[in-house]
Amino acid sequence: MNWSGAPGGMKKTMNELAVEGRTLYAFIERNFHLVRRYLSWEIVFLFYNAINAMTIGYIGVNTPVQHRNETVLYLLIGALLWGYLSLLFDEVANSISWERWEGTIEYTFMAPIRRLTHLLGMCLYAVTYGIVRTVIVLVALALFFHISLSTANLWTGVVVLVVSSVSFMGLGLIAATLPLLSTERGVQATHIIQGVILLISGIYYPISVLPHWVQWASYLSPATYALEMARAALLHGATVAQLAAPLLKLLLIGALMIPLGLFVFVQAERFAMRTGRLKRNG
Amino acid sequence: MIAQVTTAGAVPAIEVREVHKRFAGDRKRNGRRKPFIAVNGVSLRVEQGEVFGLLGANGSGKSTLIRLISTLLYPDAGSVSVFGHDVVRDQRTVRRLLNRVSVEASFFKKLSAIENLMYAGRLYNLSGRETRERVVELLTQLGFSKAKIRAPLEELSRGMQQKVAISRALMTRPKLLLLDEPTTGLDPRSKRDVQELIANLHAQHGVTCVLTTHDMDEAERLCDRISIIDRGRIVALGTVEELKAAQDGVQTLEDVFFELVGRAWGDEEDDE
Ligand SMILES: Nc1ncnc2c1ncn2[C@@H]1O[C@H](COP(=O)(O)OP(=O)(O)OP(=O)(O)O)[C@@H](O)[C@H]1O
Ligand SMILES: [Mg+2]
Repeated sequence: MNWSGAPGGMKKTMNELAVEGRTLYAFIERNFHLVRRYLSWEIVFLFYNAINAMTIGYIGVNTPVQHRNETVLYLLIGALLWGYLSLLFDEVANSISWERWEGTIEYTFMAPIRRLTHLLGMCLYAVTYGIVRTVIVLVALALFFHISLSTANLWTGVVVLVVSSVSFMGLGLIAATLPLLSTERGVQATHIIQGVILLISGIYYPISVLPHWVQWASYLSPATYALEMARAALLHGATVAQLAAPLLKLLLIGALMIPLGLFVFVQAERFAMRTGRLKRNG
Repeated sequence: MIAQVTTAGAVPAIEVREVHKRFAGDRKRNGRRKPFIAVNGVSLRVEQGEVFGLLGANGSGKSTLIRLISTLLYPDAGSVSVFGHDVVRDQRTVRRLLNRVSVEASFFKKLSAIENLMYAGRLYNLSGRETRERVVELLTQLGFSKAKIRAPLEELSRGMQQKVAISRALMTRPKLLLLDEPTTGLDPRSKRDVQELIANLHAQHGVTCVLTTHDMDEAERLCDRISIIDRGRIVALGTVEELKAAQDGVQTLEDVFFELVGRAWGDEEDDE
């Protein structure tokens, strides 16, 4: 066995990029392996997701016929987008809490990788996985609801989805610091954050119905903008150009959230290494 | 005993200078936490190519010291360097040079050995093929069958899991290997396999090892030098012969241990 030596030959920057690529892939591959080994759970969650979205859609079927299509679509957009965004958030936060439960966290944090690449790998997986699951739910919904998308601008819808993913990754990174600091309470706290976002973002109702003192918080949630735009696109056929201003705003929120998330995460990691929070036993 | 292949005068593999580490201790009856001093002013030097033993009762601070060396804990005071690189300032460089095996084999329990090690390998910049080759070589050396390599780890015995943990560290070919009770819980045969592997690593590749163990024979057989740590302080350091010579009328390393540590095993009550 040759015990020494970095690979030689290739140019340094190319080499470094390849290293980062490999790190990214490590997280994606690992998580897909986990999905395969927990396949029955995946099916259960998917089933529940689809049913949940469906039952919400059916609430709208009971409305007068001239509003029916719009109401059902309004509700389904909420169910789908929330399904996607909360999955993104969950996956990013869970990938830390999972490693804590298994006790692999010390090994992952001891590896010679950049934390940025590590976190991007988690996010990249979450996006891929979230899209796959959302598409499956979407297909299931199409079988049950005969909604007309004649006025919808699907292209704008996709752009909204991509732009809102960025800020939700940032939120996920901030949430991932909680399980880094505490095994049990960290997961509890992430669920509280998620619940608050669900309440304030106008997922199934316009935020105007909320009490005044809650409404101001709605403007802080990136999900609020994402939903408004998704509805403008799919219900009223808004073009990307028409939504340019709010899209840019959401992109800006995302562009701030990601470095903020990284910063908070790195601070939490340092804190954990000062106080011995990474360890489970031994 | 393994022949001494230390390179005197070269950069030490590990240099620990006056390191202190304390933790927020258990909550007292009045609700306050009394800080617990886990490592209390430790200094030591491990030369390149040495197998260095770290002995001590439960809770004496061995694992904490290993975590400080492996960049998992920041020292409160003092400094640690690995091959001349400071563990806090040159974290990534240090991480590339070392790996660690801990008492508990921490894995994704539903994933197989190969799936777990594939993940670990990529984090150390190994390709899928490199990882597979190395893992198969290492695990067959440790008596693994092909089928076992693909089985979920939760189906393997603790000893088997520990062997996978050892392979995880070895496949990255570290220059410094931190072994925190690598043979605890292994049957005599597996224990011997692991000990031989450590001895080989050292003889063939000059890998520096730090070994903690509660098995005195193992320490005596494998280690070039041994330090005994008690309540976060080093109370003795030297070759087995030196340690024995320093105490009057002792026969074995175990006698030395009881002379120096003086208390019953596992007794870690706060007695100040
Ligand atoms: N992360 C941590 N947080 C709080 N206390 C800790 C932490 N790590 C270690 N300790 C405490 O520090 C002391 C020393 O622990 P350490 O694990 O270093 O002992 P050890 O010598 O490895 O013992 P053992 O032989 O049982 O493995 C113990 O009392 C332990 O409870
Ligand atoms: Mg220990």
